[in-house]
Amino acid sequence: MKENLLIKTMGFNMKIIQQTGLVLFIGALLIFLSVNGLDRYRLTPESLGLSNVHHQQAILDAARQSGMLGKTYASSFSFHSHLKKNIRAAQQTLKTTAQNGLPEGVNKGEYLLGDWIVKEYALQITRQSAAGPVASHPLLFLMLTFGLGILGGLLYILPQFSGTAGIKNNHIYHRSMTRGLKAGLRGIFLATTITGILIGGVAYMGGKWLWSLLALFVGGFILWRVFFTENPSTGCPARSASPEHTGWLGVLTGVLLIGFYILLYWAPQHITGWVRIVDPLSRALSGNPASHWFLYGTLYTVVVLVMGVRMMAKYRHNKYQLVRTGSVMFFQTAFAFLIPEILVRLNQPYYDFKNIWPLNYTFFFDYNLKTLTNSGGLGIFMLVWGIVLIVVGVPVITYFFGKRWYCSWVCGCGGLAETLGDPYRQLSDKSLRAWKYERWIIHAVLAFAVVMTALVLYTYFTGSRNVLFFNSDAVRNWYGFLIGSAFAGIVGTGFYPLMGNRVWCRFGCPLAAYLGLVQRFKSRFRITVNGGQCISCGNCSTYCEMGIDVRHYAQRGQDIVRSSCVGCGVCAAVCPRGVLRLENSSADVQERASDVRAIHIINGKVEL
Amino acid sequence: MQQHIVIIGNGIAGITAARQIRKLSEHRITVVSSETDHFFSRTALMYVYMGHLRFEDTKPYEDWFWKKNRIELLRGFVKKVEPEQRRLLLEDGSTLCFDKLLIATGSRSNKFGWPGQDLAGVQGLYHYQDLESMERHSAGLRRAVIVGGGLIGIEMAEMLHSRHIPVTFLVREKNFWDGVLPLEEAQMINRHIRENGIDLRLETELKEILPDAQGKVRAVVTNKGETIECGFVGLTVGVSPNVAFLQDSGIETDRGVLVNEHLETNIPGIFAAGDCAQLRAPRPGRRPIEAVWYTGRMMGETAAYNLTGGDQSAVGSGQWAVGGERLAVGAGLVPYDPGIWFNSAKFFDMEYQVYGTILPNMPEHQSAVYWEHPEGRRSVRIAYQRQTGNVVGFNLMGVRYRHEVCEKWLRAGTHIEEVLQNLGIANFDPEFYRQYETEVIAQYNRQSGRNLRLKKRRGLAGALAFLRG
Ligand SMILES: Cc1cc2nc3c(=O)[nH]c(=O)nc-3n(C[C@H](O)[C@H](O)[C@H](O)COP(=O)(O)OP(=O)(O)OC[C@H]3O[C@@H](n4cnc5c(N)ncnc54)[C@H](O)[C@@H]3O)c2cc1C
Ligand code: SF4
Ligand code: SF4
Repeated sequence: MKENLLIKTMGFNMKIIQQTGLVLFIGALLIFLSVNGLDRYRLTPESLGLSNVHHQQAILDAARQSGMLGKTYASSFSFHSHLKKNIRAAQQTLKTTAQNGLPEGVNKGEYLLGDWIVKEYALQITRQSAAGPVASHPLLFLMLTFGLGILGGLLYILPQFSGTAGIKNNHIYHRSMTRGLKAGLRGIFLATTITGILIGGVAYMGGKWLWSLLALFVGGFILWRVFFTENPSTGCPARSASPEHTGWLGVLTGVLLIGFYILLYWAPQHITGWVRIVDPLSRALSGNPASHWFLYGTLYTVVVLVMGVRMMAKYRHNKYQLVRTGSVMFFQTAFAFLIPEILVRLNQPYYDFKNIWPLNYTFFFDYNLKTLTNSGGLGIFMLVWGIVLIVVGVPVITYFFGKRWYCSWVCGCGGLAETLGDPYRQLSDKSLRAWKYERWIIHAVLAFAVVMTALVLYTYFTGSRNVLFFNSDAVRNWYGFLIGSAFAGIVGTGFYPLMGNRVWCRFGCPLAAYLGLVQRFKSRFRITVNGGQCISCGNCSTYCEMGIDVRHYAQRGQDIVRSSCVGCGVCAAVCPRGVLRLENSSADVQERASDVRAIHIINGKVEL
Repeated sequence: MQQHIVIIGNGIAGITAARQIRKLSEHRITVVSSETDHFFSRTALMYVYMGHLRFEDTKPYEDWFWKKNRIELLRGFVKKVEPEQRRLLLEDGSTLCFDKLLIATGSRSNKFGWPGQDLAGVQGLYHYQDLESMERHSAGLRRAVIVGGGLIGIEMAEMLHSRHIPVTFLVREKNFWDGVLPLEEAQMINRHIRENGIDLRLETELKEILPDAQGKVRAVVTNKGETIECGFVGLTVGVSPNVAFLQDSGIETDRGVLVNEHLETNIPGIFAAGDCAQLRAPRPGRRPIEAVWYTGRMMGETAAYNLTGGDQSAVGSGQWAVGGERLAVGAGLVPYDPGIWFNSAKFFDMEYQVYGTILPNMPEHQSAVYWEHPEGRRSVRIAYQRQTGNVVGFNLMGVRYRHEVCEKWLRAGTHIEEVLQNLGIANFDPEFYRQYETEVIAQYNRQSGRNLRLKKRRGLAGALAFLRG
């Protein structure tokens, strides 16, 4: 009775702490969401602040004429659209003046305002023209959003794991935040997102339908293969991924994340408030004003760190998880966030030493190759380092340790999935059908990445842009849009609460596909099954973020060798019978996947 | 000739049999079962209640699996078996004819005639329907009492605990599960149960259950005269074979369905497997009824072999890959051999594994090395014959050992000192986990005055070399 009372009062205090944390977090989130709307926008000669005097003057003139100069706008939407009109007008003026004869001693390239620069200027000027509480007190707002959010988050999270150490997945399928959504609704989300991406793609590619149609055609082909020609079942549906009731909180979170990515990739002019609050940090690190990519990097790192602490609290009894989580936190903070910024401060190219082609698909782009080859010894080292990682690093390290060395120890996408994504790992689809989709889609993306890079390199070396029917610039832009932004960002992260935390890693990442091929065919890594101890409970399969039906192997005593396994070790951690162990051994690389160890009867004896 | 093999019960025993029969033959297979449409893992019921899994996740096979493998599923309750007519009578009045029959009907929860045991809010935990009922009774529950200190009892305690429902746990024995576990391990679990805030009452028995005005449980009275107010009582005092429907069928039963070493009943062509089967002559050291998942699976496999055995025309693929060798089907009947005993469980956060024989009270002719971590959450016990030094069992708390390695040592009766010096190859804990083999050896050295050292550390390569050698 006494113990119960203790638990009760403890539980009571914990509840208060948690509720305080929740309130703080929601407050911080609301402030964060409103930050972009708090400032007003006003164009002045100072806020314009362009270093190109011709451009500065022309835009100023245009703005003055249209009455924009000095006028206060309530939102970035009206401001940005007017501004863009004025920049276009300035562009036109400069063009006509140039035609009528350039002023004395002026370089034409410098004088004209190129198309690609219009967007850049509009973004930069909008950011600089903001005035109001956020613009004048960025640090205060940094504290109110990031600061309060971190504090509230930790207060809410940590008491959850204050009981005895062990696997605590209690109520994952009871909570609105983590139980996922009905498969039908999931389908609607997917279909809407894909349609949105394809239509957005038409606009992105300058009104050309070809690219979206091509993507639609490939998608349709895969759908047809999986559904009609490879259908495993005879009329029975695949294992349902639906919870009993849709978790609307999770759906809302998904919508927020998707919205965030849309703004980040395609409308950064409307998030000037967010960028502003991390400005002091950016100046301190690299000396430059913050860009929306810096904002993204900061937010990403903070989330990986806070949710990494959560992961460590949850698995504090499991040393593998502690070390691994520490590793992703370290690589994100040091390699992805700090080192590149410091490199910039030192006038070196921005470079993430752990980002490997083809995940880092811009590695072989002409501008990157030019930057690296023009940056002296360090630049050349970066170039060589990047290529060595692809050619030697990936196969050799994967041979020794499996793909996990990258996917769940080093990679930034993996890092986010293993920290922010941990509460959603159970939402991966475990059906055989999903596995079929996975194999088609991920290898298609790998092929796409290889072809795209080959075209880009062809152009780099020959100077010719057209190969067969394709323009290498268009292919590269389309890859960046469809795979780099839409798939990796919107679907990859936005779909955490809808389809699990590794949608990108499982279905889309070309590097994962490459690592996976090595892991499947030539690696010492496998997950060993402990004899006949499996009770087919299904915890391992449920919590496998890659949607691997681990139980299928475990219950027949067969070791698990799957190209998609990222070696997160969670299947082994949640197994209530200690059946699974991640291990490396060169003793049996070729027979890892055979099922001869399965439990069978031989002359009346049960053999293992 | 194609035969119709009917299986009653879609649990692990029945389903393993069905799958193996399909691998071995082209016979028609029908599985009749009353509890659920599809096979699910009974052992995972607790995780559904706790919200770790959806019920769907407890199904080891997707629903299309059965059709693809031509295993017909029939939902229904078998009321009667008529061996002469080779016919089953179902509760809905229909009949089903068979050529061969496998009875795999599992267990049901025991009730020992306590006053009030049929009240609303009093139940065991075995079937899916028990889970539903537990769910119904959990809302607004202020206290639950669990009676019986076994594996299902502690699972039920953990389930209720996950919903922050205070639990009083009545255990008749001196320590939790001390009919199976040696004292130190049992006490370790006592502590762990209490650490989780469960009100554990040792040496306490249920006397009666009191109703409220609506016929629901209101309180229990213990043998110590105490009345404990509660809204739910979990009765987890063991299970018994589910064989009542076989009465007067001519199939011999005792506590379970009596079977010979081929798992055949007194009636040729009718077999039994799993929890419901009772061996007429169990192997030395083994019990006639072993109601665990693993034996159900092994029995199912053996039964499949014998249900198809001796019938050359039934051979599907002709051969069966067995343990790396190929064994011709139809080579005669196979006796059921459960091999070396093993089992595992989890008590809240504490993992338990056993290989071989570990008796709660060590007999005179045995000796053991027992090491316990100072924090009292891990232990290793290795028992051996005092005279010969042959190992007889491993009992592990919070430490994982490799099944195959332990089994090979046990089968060969390896000397304790050889086992200890190679103990590393048995370690199955995750990477980076501390290894405690040197501590175990130090313990042995202390008690025996020897000076052994660990020769092999953890690693798959070493284990594989040993298993293949
Ligand atoms: C909560 C719980 C946890 C457990 N945990 C473990 C564990 O961790 N490890 C372990 O080794 N064991 C465990 N067990 C025991 C293990 O689940 C059983 O030994 C095993 O399920 C028995 O399998 P079976 O195929 O013999 O029978 P069952 O699984 O009981 O299947 C028999 C089926 O036949 C049906 N049936 C019965 N009679 C009829 C009829 N007349 N007509 C039609 N259908 C009928 C039943 O409804 C049932 O669905 C646990 C059991 C429970 C209840
Ligand atoms: S199989 Fe296990 S280790 Fe591999 S990805 Fe799935 S959960 Fe992680
Ligand atoms: S979690 Fe463990 S016991 Fe459960 S199905 Fe997976 S391997 Fe088997």
